[in-house]
Amino acid sequence: MPLIEILRIALSSIGVNKLRSALTMLGITIGVFSVIGVMTTVTALRSSIETGLSFLGTNMFQFGKYPVMGGGSNRREIEMRRDITLEQATRFKQLMEGTADVVCLKVFDGGGQAVYNGRKTTPDVTLAGTNEYFINANQFSIELGRNLQPEDIELGRPVIVIGQDIIKKLFPSENPLGKTIKMKGRTYVVVGTFADKGSSFGQSQDNIAMIPITRFFGDFGAARRTVNIATEAPSHLLYNETMDKGLTAMRIVRGLKPEDDNDFEVYSNESLLGAFAKVADYITAGSFVISGIALLAAGVGIMNIMLVSVTERTKEIGIRKSIGARKHSILTQFLIEAVTISLAGGVLGIVLGVIVGDVVAMLMKASAVFPWDWAVLGLLVCSGIGIGFGFYPAWKAASLDPIEALRYE
Amino acid sequence: MIPPPPPAAHVPRTVRPPGPLVIDIEDVTKLYRMGAEIVHALRGVALKVHRNEYMAIMGPSGSGKSTLMNMLGCLDTPTSGHYHFNGKDVSSMSDDELASIRNREIGFVFQTFNLLPRSTSLHNVELPLIYAGLPPAARRARAREALENVGLGDRMLHKPNELSGGQRQRVAVARALVNHPSILLADEPTGNLDSKTGEEIMQLFDQLYEQGNTIIVVTHEEDIARHARRAIRLHDGLIESDRMTGN
Ligand SMILES: Nc1ncnc2c1ncn2[C@@H]1O[C@H](COP(=O)(O)OP(=O)(O)OP(=O)(O)O)[C@@H](O)[C@H]1O
Ligand SMILES: [Mg+2]
Repeated sequence: MPLIEILRIALSSIGVNKLRSALTMLGITIGVFSVIGVMTTVTALRSSIETGLSFLGTNMFQFGKYPVMGGGSNRREIEMRRDITLEQATRFKQLMEGTADVVCLKVFDGGGQAVYNGRKTTPDVTLAGTNEYFINANQFSIELGRNLQPEDIELGRPVIVIGQDIIKKLFPSENPLGKTIKMKGRTYVVVGTFADKGSSFGQSQDNIAMIPITRFFGDFGAARRTVNIATEAPSHLLYNETMDKGLTAMRIVRGLKPEDDNDFEVYSNESLLGAFAKVADYITAGSFVISGIALLAAGVGIMNIMLVSVTERTKEIGIRKSIGARKHSILTQFLIEAVTISLAGGVLGIVLGVIVGDVVAMLMKASAVFPWDWAVLGLLVCSGIGIGFGFYPAWKAASLDPIEALRYE
Repeated sequence: MIPPPPPAAHVPRTVRPPGPLVIDIEDVTKLYRMGAEIVHALRGVALKVHRNEYMAIMGPSGSGKSTLMNMLGCLDTPTSGHYHFNGKDVSSMSDDELASIRNREIGFVFQTFNLLPRSTSLHNVELPLIYAGLPPAARRARAREALENVGLGDRMLHKPNELSGGQRQRVAVARALVNHPSILLADEPTGNLDSKTGEEIMQLFDQLYEQGNTIIVVTHEEDIARHARRAIRLHDGLIESDRMTGN
């Protein structure tokens, strides 16, 4: 008997129980949706990162007290580390003179509120205490006015460079340059503005302001503050050499003995990529567990619905057998029915997953992708579930005794 | 298609000469185990049926008529004994071989019609041809022809619940005959019909016999049995009598 006929029979019997089939499908949809959604986002982010979205500027590496993205197993040990003080950081910068001139020191405080002339921002501005290299290290550029200058840092001048989000709130129709604003309760003169940067990983990058790091420590204290140090190698060729020198300088500054381990973290674009990959792996693994459970439950649902369907249609099976349906025709009919329900659920899950995954990716400034490999894998898994969980009911149907089945009421 | 029934006395009675042996059973028994109790539905039945016969199986309720019929139709297997169909030993056949015999060699008509309720007459009649693997155009043509032959040319797209009892049974007859089987088996085909409709179905059978079909009908009504040329009587799982009928 040709497959197309069996397919037609299977589809028409699904049509008879639309609601029931749809509800069974839903389980598969949820399972497939969760893994495809996550994989779409991860794939989109990965490909955006690989094609240029870098965390640090090119040829840069950074030292800090804490590892990125909360990683690291020995949290206690990390908590026990001494903070990197402004003195240590400044000393480091001096030691690196001649090797690497672009050394950015930076500390951040969140939750700042900027006030000017009765207008205020919401209290969620990120305030950076840093130096003239912040724009290199964090890939900003200056739109109006000027960048921080070495003298601003040396003298601890109360000057500030503000981002576009703040300008929109405080200076909707004024030139901000030269104006005196309050930030976290302190007074600063606006000397420059950052160019628009958009958002990254779902967060606006323009809700930011920077002041000289010396001023920052003066105004807000040094307690519980640790400086991050970003260093740019003069060229790609000198990257490894600069990194080595940087490590040596950092160990000197931290007063480490030769046998001591580094009591700071080193990040490079590679290590950040690695850390991202690790987080992505955790999320991926999590979504696999979730969809595994959902798909297992959905598979049991399919088996259940197919068993009910076989029982309800015992008479029909008897009729078909009495006029010459072979065992494998009946088996295939019910298997196709199970696979169709499963695949339909899977296709819906893939479509929803790709849409939602790409929306999330685009919110994070990554461009949309269609993860073909995952979609194909999803369809294969769904077919597998349909066959795996549909087999027992289908086999039961195919093995019915014709006369017993005909007698069934 | 079916002419109005002429007075019974004037029905011409052709008797076609018997052809080759179709059904040959020997010493067939059928036991049903009901817990501790054993029911002997058939106690050793021997029967030969040739092509071109028109036979009635009669007997009181519970005498084993349906059991015998299901066995003849390869829907059920005997507990012991031999069954040769068209010279082939059916008792040793696999499920798939039996399915193939049911599909090609046997047309079965049930008391309760046994049509697929959600399918049209046409689709119901096409079904055996689908399982036989015929291409769509050919099987549609043959299903149409079979439906026209039982007088339902204008009811092809009706579903069973849109048809009268007699019409449903005609669809079932068309389905039984669509694959040109060696023999048509009918287990109380008029049992669920009123006597007038039942008579119409029997006239259809007569006509099919005239057209060259071989027919076995189970019934417990003498009026129905009179249509056949030969009648066997079952009693308590044994053949009690086997005679030619004639008026
Ligand atoms: N599946 C079964 N399980 C147990 N006993 C059965 C089964 N089928 C039939 N029997 C028994 O076998 C005997 C013969 O049954 P069968 O259905 O062949 O009778 P019948 O002649 O067709 O009767 P009726 O005229 O009422 O249709 C009966 O005693 C019946 O109870
Ligand atoms: Mg009976």
